[in-house]
Amino acid sequence: MRFQLIGVNHKSAPLEVRERLAIPESRLPDICRDLTAYTGIEEGMVISTCNRVEVITHTVNGSADLRGFLHQHFHLDPEELDPHLYEFRAKDAVRHVFRVASSLDSMVVGEAQILGQVKEAYATARAVGAVRGQLDQLLTRAFAVAKRVRTETAVGSSSVSIASVAVELAKKIFGNLHGKNVFIVGAGKMSELAARHLMAHGCGSIFVANRTYDRAIGLAQKFDGQAIKFEDLYATCDRADIVITSTGAPHAIFRREHGEQFLSRRKNRPMFFIDIAVPRDVSPEMAKLDGIFAYDIDDLQQAVSSHVADRRKEAERAEAIIAGEVEKFEARISTLDVVPTIVSLQDHLETIRQAEIDRVRGRMGQLTPEQEMAVEALTRGIINKVMHTPITTLKTAAKEAEATTVVDVVRRLFNLREKDSGGPAKEAPSKEVGTQH
Amino acid sequence: MALLWLRFALGCYFVGLVYAFFALTRTSDLFSRIALHAASLGMVFHFVSLVEVFLSGQVVWASVHNGESLLAFFSMIFFMVIYTIYQTTSPGVVVFPVVFFLTFVAAVDEQPVLLTQFVSHKGWLVAHIILIFTGYAALVLSFGASLLYLLQERRLKSKKPTSLISFLPALEVIDQIGYRSLLLGFPFMTLGLLTGSIVAVTTYGHVDFLDPKILLSVLMWAVYMVMVFTRWNSGWRGRRAAFLATFAFVAALAAWAANYFSAIHRFAAS
Repeated sequence: MRFQLIGVNHKSAPLEVRERLAIPESRLPDICRDLTAYTGIEEGMVISTCNRVEVITHTVNGSADLRGFLHQHFHLDPEELDPHLYEFRAKDAVRHVFRVASSLDSMVVGEAQILGQVKEAYATARAVGAVRGQLDQLLTRAFAVAKRVRTETAVGSSSVSIASVAVELAKKIFGNLHGKNVFIVGAGKMSELAARHLMAHGCGSIFVANRTYDRAIGLAQKFDGQAIKFEDLYATCDRADIVITSTGAPHAIFRREHGEQFLSRRKNRPMFFIDIAVPRDVSPEMAKLDGIFAYDIDDLQQAVSSHVADRRKEAERAEAIIAGEVEKFEARISTLDVVPTIVSLQDHLETIRQAEIDRVRGRMGQLTPEQEMAVEALTRGIINKVMHTPITTLKTAAKEAEATTVVDVVRRLFNLREKDSGGPAKEAPSKEVGTQH
Repeated sequence: MALLWLRFALGCYFVGLVYAFFALTRTSDLFSRIALHAASLGMVFHFVSLVEVFLSGQVVWASVHNGESLLAFFSMIFFMVIYTIYQTTSPGVVVFPVVFFLTFVAAVDEQPVLLTQFVSHKGWLVAHIILIFTGYAALVLSFGASLLYLLQERRLKSKKPTSLISFLPALEVIDQIGYRSLLLGFPFMTLGLLTGSIVAVTTYGHVDFLDPKILLSVLMWAVYMVMVFTRWNSGWRGRRAAFLATFAFVAALAAWAANYFSAIHRFAAS
């Protein structure tokens, strides 16, 4: 396996470095072309997301100078870049690609976006012919592994930010969020974020109440919502199904009597309070009412951390799946490495067989069809018997480290030429690489 | 032969029963799918069994066991309709045990006991049986939904992180299932009682309101009506609705049990 990978990610490099390496989508095809034109690289692709920039290649001899490619391409000082780079080869590179596609290497383990980004990068590279052989097989397998991880583990089953936990809770209460109204009380950043998440999941109208009315108007405009004067809060709050509250009030602004009023006006339809204020805006007494579901910042945080812990456990299971898949992939690719030699060996011996039959045909005189068949069967049988041991040895050796040596010996013994193999002896061209503009 | 098909159905419903107990403690999509397929297959056997009973030519649905079998089948139909609309098998937690119990009792042995009195209006009797059992089935489901609502409400109120991975559908979905079952079942129950009264009048010449069967049936209907009214008028949900639903369900069970000691609605041959 001559895979090589180099890159930076959110763990290895600060944002400033990742920003300098980031590649706009429109430039990806050019970079893939430059990559395949670089010395020692047969196939290559580049993944560039906000959390990672990675160059994945299949090389001529497994030791291409990928650092050199990055230095030249991005005009970065090696001293500045190298400490942040990680590099993987052969099996480690395969494992890394599988882990990235399966979202085990992501900042939020299990997030689904990365698989789509890898697929896009693959499609781009494939479209320009930079991915076509073994790299193609690696990526195709990586997608299958990612799917397996997603199906067989719960690594991607739940989200982890407070805003997304709030959305999940809202879904557990209301099911579909379409048409549900949201009331933001206190125009803070976190409320805005939570509201944005809820709107993204189909919530309907937004109402905003703030002690400073102008701020309420400002935030309401962002969501195309309606600003409500703070003194009208209790009269209008029951119009919302979900209330996100984060005022700086020193005591609870929603008390039991308010909850009772809301429920009565809503004919007991449930209300969900996301209370991210400290001290809390919703009194514990109100939270006890049937039909009122109030989660404060600690409750939400607890849900988040439990998800993170759950994911960690699931991630361990996913790692085990990947380890098995890496082994399988390695065995498969190794077999593929010896296939050209087996094919050329078969071709070579078949040519000899045909030549020998033609040579003696004149001396044998006219043969009946039955005799023709007998000769064919006899010669084929001999060839097959002769080939049996070398082919078995090649297939066995494919799974071992000595594969290259055995392939070499077989080629020498039978005098198999390079062109027959379709194999690895591409002369590495030495070309200049493109530069980033 | 009908009994044999019913026993096959019972075997399939057993898978549902196991699922019901399993689902209370953990979530498994695979098991939920298996239970669903087993229940569907059970319904096929059950249907064949009911058709054979019907083709036997008598109004044998008026026997206790066939009545139980029919009620179980109607409950399964309701369950499947809900599954089709909401894509959730969780009402099975309540429906499967009830259906299994009813089918089990019906499948124990052959008991072709008929109404002791000769019923002159067979058509009314059939209408009464179908309507009242549809009403019962809706009540079973509504009762199940109200229990699930309580369970889900408790989970969400407990604020334990596990509430997010609960097998139950969203609170509002459970609420809709319960309310719609209630609304759908009420007219059936009402018409079922009316047709029952017609059968009683045509058979005995009057309706004896002091008969335990009639008394409990009217009580059950009254609770049913209160449930529909409080829900429609005040949106009663959660604990209060669950209490009412439990009361209605117990009244329904009592009305069913009254068959054994009612003077006019007796199944027993003795």
